[in-house]
Amino acid sequence: MTIEQVIQYIFSGITIGSIYAIVAIGFNIIYNATGIINFAQGEFIMLGGMIAFSINKFLSTFIIYKSISLFITILVSIVITIIIGALLEILFIRRLKKPSILQMVVITIGLSMLIREIALNVWNEQIRALPFFTGNEISSINIFGAHISPQVLWVAGVTTLIVIILSIFFKYTIIGKAMRACSANKTSAILCGINIKNMVTLSFMISAGIGALAGCVVSPLTQTSYDMGSPLAIKGFTVAIFGGLGNSTAAVYAGLLLGILESFSISILPNAYTDVIAIIILLFVLFFRPSGLFISKEKGELKEF
Amino acid sequence: MNYKRYLPVVIFLIIIIFIQLLTFVLKVNFYLTQLTMAAYYSIAVIGLCMLMGYAGQISLGQAGFFAIGGYTTAFLTTLNLIKFNDFGLIKFFHEIGIFTLGKNVYGNEILHFSPMISFFLAIFISAAIAFLIGIPVLKLKGHYLAMATLGFGTIIYSTVKGTRFFGEADGITNIPGFKILPGLTVSGNFTERIQNYYIAWFFVIIGLIILINLINSRTGRALRALHGCEPAANAMGINTSRYKLNVFVLSAIYASIAGFLLTHYNSGIGPSEASISKSVRYVAIVAAGGMANIWGTLITGLILNFLSLRGVFGSYDDAVFGIILILIMIFDPSGQVRNTFFNNNYLLKPFKKLIKKER
Repeated sequence: MTIEQVIQYIFSGITIGSIYAIVAIGFNIIYNATGIINFAQGEFIMLGGMIAFSINKFLSTFIIYKSISLFITILVSIVITIIIGALLEILFIRRLKKPSILQMVVITIGLSMLIREIALNVWNEQIRALPFFTGNEISSINIFGAHISPQVLWVAGVTTLIVIILSIFFKYTIIGKAMRACSANKTSAILCGINIKNMVTLSFMISAGIGALAGCVVSPLTQTSYDMGSPLAIKGFTVAIFGGLGNSTAAVYAGLLLGILESFSISILPNAYTDVIAIIILLFVLFFRPSGLFISKEKGELKEF
Repeated sequence: MNYKRYLPVVIFLIIIIFIQLLTFVLKVNFYLTQLTMAAYYSIAVIGLCMLMGYAGQISLGQAGFFAIGGYTTAFLTTLNLIKFNDFGLIKFFHEIGIFTLGKNVYGNEILHFSPMISFFLAIFISAAIAFLIGIPVLKLKGHYLAMATLGFGTIIYSTVKGTRFFGEADGITNIPGFKILPGLTVSGNFTERIQNYYIAWFFVIIGLIILINLINSRTGRALRALHGCEPAANAMGINTSRYKLNVFVLSAIYASIAGFLLTHYNSGIGPSEASISKSVRYVAIVAAGGMANIWGTLITGLILNFLSLRGVFGSYDDAVFGIILILIMIFDPSGQVRNTFFNNNYLLKPFKKLIKKER
């Protein structure tokens, strides 16, 4: 393996790793606010990409400048997905009184199936993609002899931006602090005058928005199809567990690690087995270190699995 | 002998015979094919009911075990060993019946494993995998358990889809029939449709009787205690991890037998049988049947699978199961409404009156 190949693999690993990290962050936000895992998280990414594709097709007929139409497209698609996320929460989750974990798992799995099937009927089984943000399919940037698409930089940049904005939001804004309070102790949060139900809705909206943004950014590279959601959700969960559930910064490291591992595994194993590698890692982490790699052992022992 | 326990089984048997006669009278014999397939799916579903409903452990990997059973037999009974027929060991195995000689569609002779052997191998392999996976997986709870079993299911799906000798996305076809006794064969042959219908239900009822006995035994009570509160069950002296593992292996064996039989019935298997949506479908059926309710699970499983196989739901097939899951979990998560409906007493009411009158 030459040095150029190694760099090439690392960059492709960073690309897919960033996508996983964004999914994992979406998991973490909802987990932090409610203590549940939203199995429909991958569907938000699919919806973001699919809606953006349709809007872009519509807009590009009368807006000549590609960049303007793309910008509006992404913005509108994020807003629509946020509304969908809020509706899902209000319709299906808000009305539950003291839901058990089994109940939540089953409901979110049901939702993901429902969204997928509706997407199949609204769009179809065709694979779609947004245009590249800068350049096109063949344009590439030369970094140390490796050729990468400029879209890779977009993906990495958006991931970094999301992480920074989220950590500022959770640390320094009052709403972010309220959301963290909900995850720490629900009863005390209620006593402090926090409206827990609204916080849960907000968490669904944020993770839907992040998912939609990710769906738009990766669409030129990985394409969007109606069934991309559930594999992404499994990978995203792997990453979330890998970094420790609820820890968004660690999720980024874990995502990059998994992405790079996966892209190197392609050089040894057939492409069909890349999923298997990720999931075997997930199983091993779950068995031996369910609190995640980036959390100290003492802290991990306090959690219950 | 507690006759009450088996009365529903007898009634169920009568209903099954009645359905067969009905299809005969109405001249819709082709319905029997879907009913037979639904019967095989029911075996996997009642196995999951034991694990999910009674022991309270969610498993999203049931289709994985189903596929292990199906693919084991599909691989072994289509493996051509004719080239090695002259080797001593293979010849010996051939003579004692481990291998059988058959013909493929091109008329070439193939020497493959006898389905009877692959039946036991399928059970053994899935039980062994369930045992090995179960030890670490069943330590987890809630989301983690759901995700770990989902991960297991995905591994099986990706493996069968990506491996050449499992036929990749095409699956394996031309699987010979499973001769149980001379004259009794599990195969998709149209002339043997009625026979196969009864064979399928024979297996379902055998499985059902085993589970009914298990539920009403010490083990069944232990499992329900474990579902209610694991620490409490532990404190009562129930070895919870042992029971969880045993019931996990049991449900895997049920799924694998179902996969085995359906593969021989369809004479083929594809990777879609291992997909996540199949696993979710089984979970949906157990939830719809009332969780800890084997009759409810069996009946809803039969109806939903039959409708799905008839193509009633069209392209919204998976969505229907998704909606069922959501609605049930929102409005009746503990299954009280359904349990009263599917209760033995409720179903037996008309028959009880009959029995009394006769006396």
